[in-house]
Amino acid sequence: MGKDIRQVYTDTLLELAQTDDTICVLESDLMMATGTKAFKEAYPDRFFDVGVAEANMVGIASGLSSEGKIPFAASFGTFASRRTFDQFFLSANYARLNVKLVGTDPGITAQFNGGTHMPFEDVGMMRLIPDLVIIEPCDTVSCAALVRLAAKHQGSVYIRLHRKGSQTLYDERQQFELGRGQVLRDGTDVTLIASGFVMVPEALKAADLLKEEGIRAAVLDMHTIKPLDEELVLSFAQKTGAVVTCENHQVTGGLGGAVAELLGEQLPTLMGRIGSQDKFGQVGTLDYLLEAYQLRAEDIAEKARRILAKNS
Amino acid sequence: MNILSQHRSLELHRAAEFIRLHSMEAIGSCGAGHVGGVLSIAELTALLYQEVLRYDPKYPEDPARDRVVLSKGHCGPALYAALALAGFFPMEELLTLNQNGSSLPSHCNMHKTPGIDIGTGSLGQGASLAAGMALGLKKRSSASRVFLILGDGECNEGQVWEAVLFAAHQQLDNLIAYVDVNKQQLDGYTEDICSLGDLRSKFESFGWRAIQADGHNIDELHNATQEILRETGRPGIVIMDTVKGKGWSGVDGKPGVHHVPISSEQLEEARKEITHRIESLTAQLEGIHD
Repeated sequence: MGKDIRQVYTDTLLELAQTDDTICVLESDLMMATGTKAFKEAYPDRFFDVGVAEANMVGIASGLSSEGKIPFAASFGTFASRRTFDQFFLSANYARLNVKLVGTDPGITAQFNGGTHMPFEDVGMMRLIPDLVIIEPCDTVSCAALVRLAAKHQGSVYIRLHRKGSQTLYDERQQFELGRGQVLRDGTDVTLIASGFVMVPEALKAADLLKEEGIRAAVLDMHTIKPLDEELVLSFAQKTGAVVTCENHQVTGGLGGAVAELLGEQLPTLMGRIGSQDKFGQVGTLDYLLEAYQLRAEDIAEKARRILAKNS
Repeated sequence: MNILSQHRSLELHRAAEFIRLHSMEAIGSCGAGHVGGVLSIAELTALLYQEVLRYDPKYPEDPARDRVVLSKGHCGPALYAALALAGFFPMEELLTLNQNGSSLPSHCNMHKTPGIDIGTGSLGQGASLAAGMALGLKKRSSASRVFLILGDGECNEGQVWEAVLFAAHQQLDNLIAYVDVNKQQLDGYTEDICSLGDLRSKFESFGWRAIQADGHNIDELHNATQEILRETGRPGIVIMDTVKGKGWSGVDGKPGVHHVPISSEQLEEARKEITHRIESLTAQLEGIHD
């Protein structure tokens, strides 16, 4: 079993902190959940737990950033987005500061914490913040690489971080760039554009299902949702003529919304969006929730078939 | 204790009147503004920029400077007048307040205005920003201090108290706050809207040093500031007893003066009143030797 994604996050921060004394970590009483205790132990002077006060955490992080620090501040995605939106918008972003805000437990991975803790809207909210970079790693390799890139990026970043569980889809040597999606599988009939720990593997499985039927599906890992890799989306939309977005998030505002906006303006293409269809969260196992919100590979494959039927 | 001479005290009172005058000219030039809360912090901004703060107007980003966080960001015009008087930018620029493309927006923005250390405007946020800045300065052993200016109505915001708890926990003795208790907010008197109770004992119970002072008396403000700056191991706050709209009879202590239109006749009236006080202070200054 590989490392939990959250451990990759903490290990990467520990690695960065060795050579950069401006890296610091903030928590709002979720250190044990985010898994940053090792950072606190290694760098007690650069670790700040503000208590259960997420808005204050983002303000403190912004103040630290204005004094030259690079703060990584984390909370569950619901609180990181909804509860700190004005603070992150104004204190961090309008002020052009350098705050890395981490929202954990994306979408259905909140599981038994249920509807109060299930962020289906964080990416949509964050996309409204000018110039903000939004990333969602899908595995251990991309998580380490993207956290390093986030630290290096001059400006604020929202990191949608899967917490528990491990998976490795990329080769250790894979290079990443912010704003450049990865082509996981080439194809000519339909493009599946996915993001995150849950949906990238589902998209790959869907491509396998479609392959059995002779449908060649391309799969893109859109790890940076903002700025969207427009060139890649347009070239695959052109090539395949059909697009399905796959996100563990509302279909409005996030990845599906971003792709629809781009295609609508520049290259009208038949598309479908897999994701929560204007629904609140609920408690349940991952399998149950995948089915309840129709996020499974079967749902993606079915959406692709329907679009292809319309196209023909 | 460093007590102001009578001469210096009068000079600072006169500087406060200049801040009033130039703030009113600026607000008058765009026709409306947050007159009440601007006028109530004239003495404080005069004291800070003419006596207390360490800064170099030719080098606004100097890492060794003291920081100011005007958390009641809508009172930017008072700060702009203080900054212009301190030499950060030409006095004429004050009359560009809120004009299209102006470097002086009603609410503070550090990317627009030389001398502004951080952007503010959404109430409560300045408290956390100031605490974060003070923490960052402390962690790199800087001698710079952070001066935070809060409004009393602003203390309705939960974020203020989150930051106040945090600052005490982190023992941020390089953070000094002022709360401008002018007793009114937009919708009316703070007592009628959501009583703040005894702010001094509230801050004390949160672990801060808190001192009450007349916010329009330079000597009291100065002494309170000096006392708090000597404090170690905890942040401090001056609870300033002020009058909303202080210094122009058109609004002084009157209700409903949070944000008001200013006609050219009203501006002339304010100009006369304030100029008269400046002349009288100048005469007093000429009568005594420093």
